[in-house]
Amino acid sequence: MGEWWTTGPIGTSVGNYEISNISHVTMSPSRQNNLASMYSSLPLSYNVLGAFCTEDNIPQCVSYINQELDALGLSTCIEASTPRAAGLNSVPALNAMYELMQIHRRHMSSLEELEREQLKKSSTLDHVQMNNSRLKDQLELSMREKSGLHETERQLQLKIKTLQSCLKTEKDEVQKLQSIIASRASQYSHDAKRKEREAAKLKERLSQLLVDRKDKKLAIDVLNCLGRSDGKRSHWRTAKATVGHEGEMYKSLLNDYEASQRTLVLENAELKKVLQQMKKEMIHILSPRKPSPRGATADDSQEQANSDGEEKAGDCSRETLDQSCEHAREQLANSIRQQWRKLRNHMEKLDSQASLVQTQLECNQELILRETHEDEMERMRREVQQCKEFIHAQQQLLQQQLNTSFDDETAALLNDCYTLEEKERLKEEWRLFEEQKINFERERKNFTEAAIRLGREKKAFEEDRASWLKNQFLNMTPFTDRRRCSSSDGQSALSIKSEPEMRMSSTKTPLVKSSTYTPFSTPKPSLSATVPSTTELYRSLRLMPDSSSSRHSNRGRWQESSSIEDGDVGVKSKNRVRSGDLSIFSLGEDENSLA
Amino acid sequence: MNFSEVFKQSNQLCKVSPDGKYLATCVQYRLVVRDVSTLQILQLYTCLDQISHMDWSSDSLFILCAMYKRGLVQVWSMEQPDWHCKIDEGSIGLVSSRWSPDGRHILNTTEFHLRVTVWSLCTKAVSYIKYPKVCQKGADFSRDGCYMALAERRDCKDYVSVFVCDDWHLLRHFETETQDLSGLEWSPNGCVLAVWDSCLEYKVLLYSLDGRLLSAYSAYDWSLGVKSVTWSPSSQFLAIGSYDEKVVYKEVEKRTAVGSDDLSLHNITIGTTLFNTQSKYEICPPPVQIPVVKPDPDRANPKIGVSTLAFSSDSRYLATKNDNMASVVWVWDMQKMSLVAVLQQTSAVRCFQWDPRRPRLALCTGNTKLYLWSPAGCVSVQVPAEGGLQVQSLSWHCSGDSLILLGKEQLCLCYMDQEDK
Repeated sequence: MGEWWTTGPIGTSVGNYEISNISHVTMSPSRQNNLASMYSSLPLSYNVLGAFCTEDNIPQCVSYINQELDALGLSTCIEASTPRAAGLNSVPALNAMYELMQIHRRHMSSLEELEREQLKKSSTLDHVQMNNSRLKDQLELSMREKSGLHETERQLQLKIKTLQSCLKTEKDEVQKLQSIIASRASQYSHDAKRKEREAAKLKERLSQLLVDRKDKKLAIDVLNCLGRSDGKRSHWRTAKATVGHEGEMYKSLLNDYEASQRTLVLENAELKKVLQQMKKEMIHILSPRKPSPRGATADDSQEQANSDGEEKAGDCSRETLDQSCEHAREQLANSIRQQWRKLRNHMEKLDSQASLVQTQLECNQELILRETHEDEMERMRREVQQCKEFIHAQQQLLQQQLNTSFDDETAALLNDCYTLEEKERLKEEWRLFEEQKINFERERKNFTEAAIRLGREKKAFEEDRASWLKNQFLNMTPFTDRRRCSSSDGQSALSIKSEPEMRMSSTKTPLVKSSTYTPFSTPKPSLSATVPSTTELYRSLRLMPDSSSSRHSNRGRWQESSSIEDGDVGVKSKNRVRSGDLSIFSLGEDENSLA
Repeated sequence: MNFSEVFKQSNQLCKVSPDGKYLATCVQYRLVVRDVSTLQILQLYTCLDQISHMDWSSDSLFILCAMYKRGLVQVWSMEQPDWHCKIDEGSIGLVSSRWSPDGRHILNTTEFHLRVTVWSLCTKAVSYIKYPKVCQKGADFSRDGCYMALAERRDCKDYVSVFVCDDWHLLRHFETETQDLSGLEWSPNGCVLAVWDSCLEYKVLLYSLDGRLLSAYSAYDWSLGVKSVTWSPSSQFLAIGSYDEKVVYKEVEKRTAVGSDDLSLHNITIGTTLFNTQSKYEICPPPVQIPVVKPDPDRANPKIGVSTLAFSSDSRYLATKNDNMASVVWVWDMQKMSLVAVLQQTSAVRCFQWDPRRPRLALCTGNTKLYLWSPAGCVSVQVPAEGGLQVQSLSWHCSGDSLILLGKEQLCLCYMDQEDK
């Protein structure tokens, strides 16, 4: 039984179908090392799966095993010892078993090999992987290094460039210097050559002169001497002359200096004037900023105040001081500089503010100007709003008033209700007025009648008076007693006549009283104006003659009559005055006619 | 504008007398004096040799003619044509000859600048001044004619001597703080002397009449420095033209150096206003490109920088010329410190001069045209001359009514109309 090392598919696993005989083979301990693990599974599987061969299927098992052996490439066949017997030919069976064991051993060894190989390979793989990772790290490191080196290379390139440009400039400079040197050298050489030529000529001349002893004397041959150009005689050269020359020289120098100084002074004065003006204008420009509420300019204004004060003081003093003195000049220059700086700062501020205003139109600004402006605007808006609301409310109310009443009457009534009180009062007063008007009319009528009557009576009285006077005149004879009686009659007639008049006047008083009522007011006490006395009244009315005798007699009478009523002096006399006044006007014509 | 006929002259020697009545020209060895208005020949003098230099005395009575080769100076009188005077420098030679301001002394500079000889025509006396400096402008008379400043060099140091022209008394002698003094000039008011260094060092010093240093000015170091200096007629400003193509317009303060203004000539874009009249001037709107000629860096005295400066008589305008833009004349307004006009010509500007009375600039470029600029406009006038007169230089008559145009061998007078500009 040769051992067939087949490389063919040995791959049939020790799987499900187990040879029952194998299970009984006891393992030598020496083989237990690797194979034990392989075999340990066998009895389990055998036990689990059950037996392959039983009493019944021996020939099938045998044929199957033969087939398998054929498949494996073993020639030995297993035969049954006798047909239908349960035994086997042990020799081929054992051979087969031996060969199978060989095969198995071979497989095991190959497996071992493979395992070893696999281990080796895995270890090499590990090793390689480690290497790989290490190399990757190395690569990374080297990449980093490379970039660093690139960087340094770039910097160095830059440096090279700059150095090259420096080099170029240096070269250019060197070139330039070289050209300069060259030109100088050529100039030197040229000059040197020239000098050499001259020296040569000199030498030649010298030699010529030395040889040629005939020295031509220098001489001047003038027909006659000329006078000096300025006509003066020439002077001896003396020390005084030399000093004079020096003096003249210094004089001319001084003149020149003075002239230039004069022009400079003029220039200076003009420039100073210009500076002063500039300063004033700058102050003027800067000063209106004082009342502005900006806090930033507070210090400006303060400075300005100072500078203004200084300016004023300076002005007064400067006019008196010599303006060309150093201090004043410095002061002026400094103040100009100051003002200019202020102006510039101011302009810068304005510029910045203008730009801020332009850019920050929406958001809240921190600028003070804007805030105050905004506040004022707000306030004004609020006021406007309030006024609007007020007007609106009023309008609404007005509309309500006009619109809520649909009824004309009710509307009229509603409208009336505000003026009701006034209307009542007005009505009352109108009534009173009408009354008074009527009364007044009545009175007027009475007055006119009375005036007419009075006129007539006055006429009668005048006639009486005339007749009485006539009688008197005629009775200046012893017939006076008769006349007196008649005159007393006349008088008594007069008094009688006057009495009804007085009565009439007394009756007029209540009427007159009423006439003193003013139309729309409550009855007031009559006027407390100065009132002429009754005698004056009558005198004015020409009711009383001016002659003293008649006056006395009349007065006596009148006074008696008046004393009756002089109990209520104030009112009545006044009333009489009233009526008298009235009658005066109406009697005017009558008096004329009488007189 | 009227042009006279063309006359001959030599050596560009043609000068109007200070009183404006006569015109003296030199033709070879002859001196011709004409009347300015009629151009009639009034006097004719003959000198011993070809005249190198000719000048009027300040009182217009005498003319000196210097013949450098012969070392001779001859003086002629207008009042007395018979009068003659001859000064012989002898073997010492003659390099330059000039009148003193009083018109009675002649200063001759000998060869090699060994000395300055002062000849007196009144007394026949001779004075010597040693060690005069060889430089661009070593001697200058003050405008009132009282003082003369002379640059001297002794022991490698620069000095300035101030002489009183009356009797040539040495008033002041002081050392200057220059490395190599290149020129000096009195201010118009005669109180300040401007002294400038050579182009290797930019330094301009101001000394007062009595020798005190008032101020020093240096715009930069190392590069080539001052090329030209001129005073403004008001004596208040000094215009310094330098090799860096800038003009420094400095206010002269007696005490401290007050700030100066630079007029940069590169800034062309500021309003160029060229007015067009009947001439061929074009008005170009700014910016305008002006051709720049780069000088040879190896040669000395490079043609770069502001070489010519001229103030108008009212100190209002300054005309400048930059050597590397030689065809351009820049006119600046000094009150506004701004550029008024840029006159770009077709070729290099040879000469320009302001009218002594008005702000009117005449310039020439060596062609047959005469160019005039004024604030109201500018004209270019063709000089009507047979055979063509190439205008090399020009000078104004002291009244400002006429111009003397000098060609190579010819001269022509141009009479201005009173209303014309």
